[in-house]
Amino acid sequence: MRKFTLPSFSKDIQQEYCSPYISLDTAPPNASDGKDQKVQQENNDLSFLQLLLWKGLIVATGSKSPMVVVLGGSTEPAFHRGDLLFLTNFQKDPIRAGEIVVFKVEGRDIPRVHRVIQVHEKDKGNVKFLTKGDNNEVDDRGTNLSNKEGQNWLEKKDVVGRARGFLPYIGMVTIIMNDYPKFKYALLAVMGAYVILKRES
Amino acid sequence: MNTVLSRANSLFAFSLSVMAALTFGCFITTAFKDRRVPVRVHVSRIMLKNVEDFTGPRERSDLGFITFDVTADLENIFDWNVKQLFLYLSAEYSTKNNALNQVVLWDKIILRGDNPKLLLKDMKSKYFFFDDGNGLKGNRNVTLTLSWNVVPNAGILPLVTGSGHVSIPFPDTYEITKSYY
Repeated sequence: MRKFTLPSFSKDIQQEYCSPYISLDTAPPNASDGKDQKVQQENNDLSFLQLLLWKGLIVATGSKSPMVVVLGGSTEPAFHRGDLLFLTNFQKDPIRAGEIVVFKVEGRDIPRVHRVIQVHEKDKGNVKFLTKGDNNEVDDRGTNLSNKEGQNWLEKKDVVGRARGFLPYIGMVTIIMNDYPKFKYALLAVMGAYVILKRES
Repeated sequence: MNTVLSRANSLFAFSLSVMAALTFGCFITTAFKDRRVPVRVHVSRIMLKNVEDFTGPRERSDLGFITFDVTADLENIFDWNVKQLFLYLSAEYSTKNNALNQVVLWDKIILRGDNPKLLLKDMKSKYFFFDDGNGLKGNRNVTLTLSWNVVPNAGILPLVTGSGHVSIPFPDTYEITKSYY
């Protein structure tokens, strides 16, 4: 699965994310999940409890994707590819300079993880802001291209969540599973063989 | 299954548990730590221009130029769970158009192992200090603060503002002759 990268300024690398968790295919698909998941959804015999925990986490954090995996390099050296970020998205939290936000640009369904560098707030709720990846030379105005014209400023509705916590390396498993589907099938085959061939002792 | 495989399995499971416990330990021992230190920010030059702004909805916007000094000792912040500090100097002010504006003027990454004592003089801002409008002219109260984002090895990502800030007034007139020294 090749990732699509835009023609870019000097070091601008597109930062994408994918949800590390998978949902039961019997759950009714809702519109936001379809757009958020960049990776294919799999079947799995997950327990009901795990689904409950995942949905509970979505409600508790207020974000549709409370855990995301960093895929690109534009926030190095803070976060590298394969790191896991925990997000919250409480509406009453104001957007302030220096926060790390995961946001989506209109017209593109690949979210990015960048830092807020400018905030202009007219009154409560009416706010626009600008972001820039730590590892990029310029801010995101040149690269936030939508179908119509460049989207210069971001608004609260574009935000998926704010990064509050961090775990290194854990997301590599998800990346390997999605980039090398053969590995996934091989793993399932080995697990199946183990179950079949195991001897009760 | 032979014993090599089952031994490898239990070894793998054990090392995973140990790593998970260590990671959790890193997180829980530093989760509630106060990461503030006093900082000293001083501004030596302020200049204001009004230039064409192609990125905004209007013809011309205010553009500020600031030369500043920063002094801070960040050594006490670094501990076993701090990978990096992302420092940023931000200007906060309010205008007729917007109740709150925040613009990051300068930032710096300090990795663990780098010199934690900050002693910078006559620094120019890294990013353009554009206002969303013409609200910098005659603005008496633009507050500069130094803040940092603590990036841990594992755990919470707090945003901490250093104690110590400076409020500067912007001039009432635009500079039209000089270029940015």
